[in-house]
Amino acid sequence: MSTVTTTYREAIREAIREALRRDPRVFLMGEDVGAYGGCFAVSKGLLDEFGPERIRDTPLSESAFVGAGIGAALGGMRPIVEIMTVNFSLLALDQILNNAATLLHMSGGQFNVPLVIRMTTGGGRQLAAQHSHSLEGWYAHIPGLRVLAPATLEDARGMLWSALEDPDPVLIFEHALLYNQAGTLPADAGAVDIRRARVRRPGRDVSLITYGGSLPKTLEAAGRLAAEGIDAEVIDLRSLRPLDDATILASVAATRRAVIVDEGWRSGSLAAEISARIMENAFYELDAPVARVCSAEVPMPYARHLEQAALPQADTVIRVARGLVRGDG
Amino acid sequence: MTVVARFEIHGVRYLDAAGHPCAELPPLGRDREHLVALYRAMVQARSFDAKAVVLQRTGRIGTYASALGQEAIGVCIADVLRAEDVLLPSYRETAAMLGRGVHMDELLLYWGGDERGMDFAGPREDFPICVPIATQLTHAAGVAAAFQYRGEARVALAVCGDGATSQGDFYAALNLAGAWRLPLVVVVNNNQWAISVPRSAQSGTETLAQKALAAGITGVQCDGNDVLALHETLAAAVARAREGGGATLVEALSYRLGDHTTADDASRYRDPDEVEARRQEEPVVRLRRYLHAQGWWDAGVEEALKADCAATVDAAVARYEATPPPAPTAMFDHLYARLPAALAAQRAAAAAGGGHG
Ligand SMILES: Cc1ncc(C[n+]2csc(CCOP(=O)(O)OP(=O)(O)O)c2C)c(N)n1
Ligand SMILES: [Mg+2]
Repeated sequence: MSTVTTTYREAIREAIREALRRDPRVFLMGEDVGAYGGCFAVSKGLLDEFGPERIRDTPLSESAFVGAGIGAALGGMRPIVEIMTVNFSLLALDQILNNAATLLHMSGGQFNVPLVIRMTTGGGRQLAAQHSHSLEGWYAHIPGLRVLAPATLEDARGMLWSALEDPDPVLIFEHALLYNQAGTLPADAGAVDIRRARVRRPGRDVSLITYGGSLPKTLEAAGRLAAEGIDAEVIDLRSLRPLDDATILASVAATRRAVIVDEGWRSGSLAAEISARIMENAFYELDAPVARVCSAEVPMPYARHLEQAALPQADTVIRVARGLVRGDG
Repeated sequence: MTVVARFEIHGVRYLDAAGHPCAELPPLGRDREHLVALYRAMVQARSFDAKAVVLQRTGRIGTYASALGQEAIGVCIADVLRAEDVLLPSYRETAAMLGRGVHMDELLLYWGGDERGMDFAGPREDFPICVPIATQLTHAAGVAAAFQYRGEARVALAVCGDGATSQGDFYAALNLAGAWRLPLVVVVNNNQWAISVPRSAQSGTETLAQKALAAGITGVQCDGNDVLALHETLAAAVARAREGGGATLVEALSYRLGDHTTADDASRYRDPDEVEARRQEEPVVRLRRYLHAQGWWDAGVEEALKADCAATVDAAVARYEATPPPAPTAMFDHLYARLPAALAAQRAAAAAGGGHG
């Protein structure tokens, strides 16, 4: 099977390109997605290939272009809306929650909202306290949405197509630190299943449950734990709403220990939700309390050493996992 | 210093409060059949409205937003649109929705707390009632963008209130429509009140129509109680949009004669003398006076029309009340195209009649 060398960024671009080629209803819109190529260079080159009708720079208003995306979706199109970062998506929160997620209900079933919204999330690039947060857990709280977090090249390439095929609104969170991740993909890589979590590394001693930008760190932690004789299993959630309870619970039932690695703020986090589900459904299987590694509950600092101190790190995951397995945390 | 741009806002009015011409009338003024049809539609909308308030008072529907005194706007909107155009209403567009073909019993279902009423049999592409203020305007811009993208000669028309013009989404939608020259018409039903906040407290602008200027689209004000002025203004805006001439903001001056909704009591904040004075300007009586003066209407036809409207409304109420309520599980049916497995337990709990736990 032939393969291509690519990056996470290029894989998403290729997915957008493929969607534009396959379906005339698809178009991309957002701030600076045209000549500039998007603030993370995802759409670079697409304007030349597809023209300004399909690669649309919008006026600078998140609420306007997310709202217009809803209208266009109901008007028979398949818009892909790009929001620069999750922090700025808050300007469109009303459109996402009160409108996109609610219209099927409010229309008594008349209107699905086949809208895909992509946005960057996460810290680690010294972009400071208004560009770096991980708020995908908030969106995962909202019934009516599907929330995806591609963490691998395969998912970066495949999730968009699956999202476009979904009749309901789908939010795709792209972690800023993943864009440069390089690797190979099958030349014919395409749509992926977006319903299930994946075991990225099997193990017997502890389940490390994570998603998105924390996956590489967690895999690194698992590798180093192996050197100490601790065999960690790594679960990549992939879909944050709905959560794939079955995969999580099966893993925890086998390892009897769980650490959730989530870049969101700890209080009221997605990690808290997963922890609660484990308590509700696997309490008697556990040999140790569920543990969480989350971001410090502060606005993301700009200074590099402070930002690194605020974010979940492999070292912390290792320390916490070791504590659960050896009881000496 | 030089003047770099100059703007004017035009106002349109043909009939004064007494129904007398106050300018040279457009051709519609001589079109008996058309005017009588518009009049009938207004009376029908008003009779539905009055019944809906009674149904709320007697506990047979939930909260209802009456459009008393603002019927001309909706009736004219429905009249100038084509079937293939798309209407994006707020909650006060009963007249427009009825005119577009939504059934009375569907509206009653909705106001009775059953969203199936918004899955109306037609027009299938019109949007459901939008309650989050001004959010439907950006959707309308998106619908218009879809029409433009596909090269279709169709128009999106959204309606909002005077209060809505203070929202960011209002301006953001107009701005997008200006930047992309979209086939969009935004109608502001300026009924002078946003719940208890009067128009004067809403904005420092002389007109709401002039808000169009900041977006680079056409803005025009018209007398929203004057069918002739409304019809001409709306028809021109829709035609301009259809022909690629871009978007228009129409400010229709009206007055909310009733409470904000049945959950409101406007006498707590509004001078009854003001309401009485404005009642003299309302659109139904105004057009009736004009029709009378032309010899096109008399008390006998009026009585027959009223009886006819009441019978239509009563039949709709009977259909509404004969509709079985949805099963508790229905609240999960329109959440996703296919319910995720993770929610199956919650749906099962609803089916079992229990809580969630
Ligand atoms: C975003 C938002 N804020 C507040 C409300 C509550 N609210 C409902 S109607 C209304 C007043 C709207 O006034 P206006 O736009 O003039 O429309 P009218 O009711 O007069 O037709 C308010 C504040 C809402 N529905 N949505
Ligand atoms: Mg108002």
